[in-house]
Amino acid sequence: MRAAGLSRLRALRDMSPRSPSRERVRLQLQAEVFAALGDQTRLLLVAKLAAGQPQSIAQLTAGSRLTRQAITKHLRVLERAGMVRCARSGRERRFAFNPRPMEELREYLERVSGQWDAALGRLQAFVEG
Amino acid sequence: MQDRIEKRLELKAPVSRVWQALTDYRQFGEWFQVKIEGPFEAGQVSRGHITYPGYEHLRWEAVIQKIEPEKLFSFTWHPFAIDPRVDYSKETPTLVEFRLEKTASGTLLLLTESGFDKIPPHRREEAYRKNEGGWTQQIESIERYVTEKP
Repeated sequence: MRAAGLSRLRALRDMSPRSPSRERVRLQLQAEVFAALGDQTRLLLVAKLAAGQPQSIAQLTAGSRLTRQAITKHLRVLERAGMVRCARSGRERRFAFNPRPMEELREYLERVSGQWDAALGRLQAFVEG
Repeated sequence: MQDRIEKRLELKAPVSRVWQALTDYRQFGEWFQVKIEGPFEAGQVSRGHITYPGYEHLRWEAVIQKIEPEKLFSFTWHPFAIDPRVDYSKETPTLVEFRLEKTASGTLLLLTESGFDKIPPHRREEAYRKNEGGWTQQIESIERYVTEKP
């Protein structure tokens, strides 16, 4: 399984806040995180993993009407978005939740939101003044 | 998790005054802190540069969408803090909408910026396709879930 999402996240962490590469990575991850969350099965997987310990594909498939293959496919999408990471323990692969991409996205939206607050404050002064 | 930004602002000024401040490109430039090259026109690209101290190297570029007098002004753009070294042309822009409503004391301004969830076509894959509707709510509920059980 690819860990592209994770390595991009690592890159994001290491880059200065204003570097163009950071901005590029941010744009790419933003769309992928929303897309990854835009599916009920993946939301449930994220909820399961976010609630506790890393889990194997068998554990994640248990109680679901989806096949192992289908679950694997969804995990791959989450992994590409950096929201899930895979670690081997012995012969088994276990998947763990990584909150960072959702946090990045929330921080970004908060920044844009703050800029609007400032702009609208100036608008208010402009029309009321 | 929200996929849009929404703001409500009560302004003690008539709708016509707020409308001017939004859609006259020079007045817009005053408070938005941008120097725009010419009047806004629906369907046209608006260009200029930021005048906010320290950010003068940044360009302003937006595509004006709707100008419905004293009701709705909208444009698409790449939100704030645009890095001059990044090519945004391939990215899906967000949609900014200003809606005005008359109130007893002046004007209610509703601002929405949406489209943060859109995937550029060149990146779209079957596996990424969204489920039908209702997913914003799903994300909100999952976020509650995640924050309650860290």
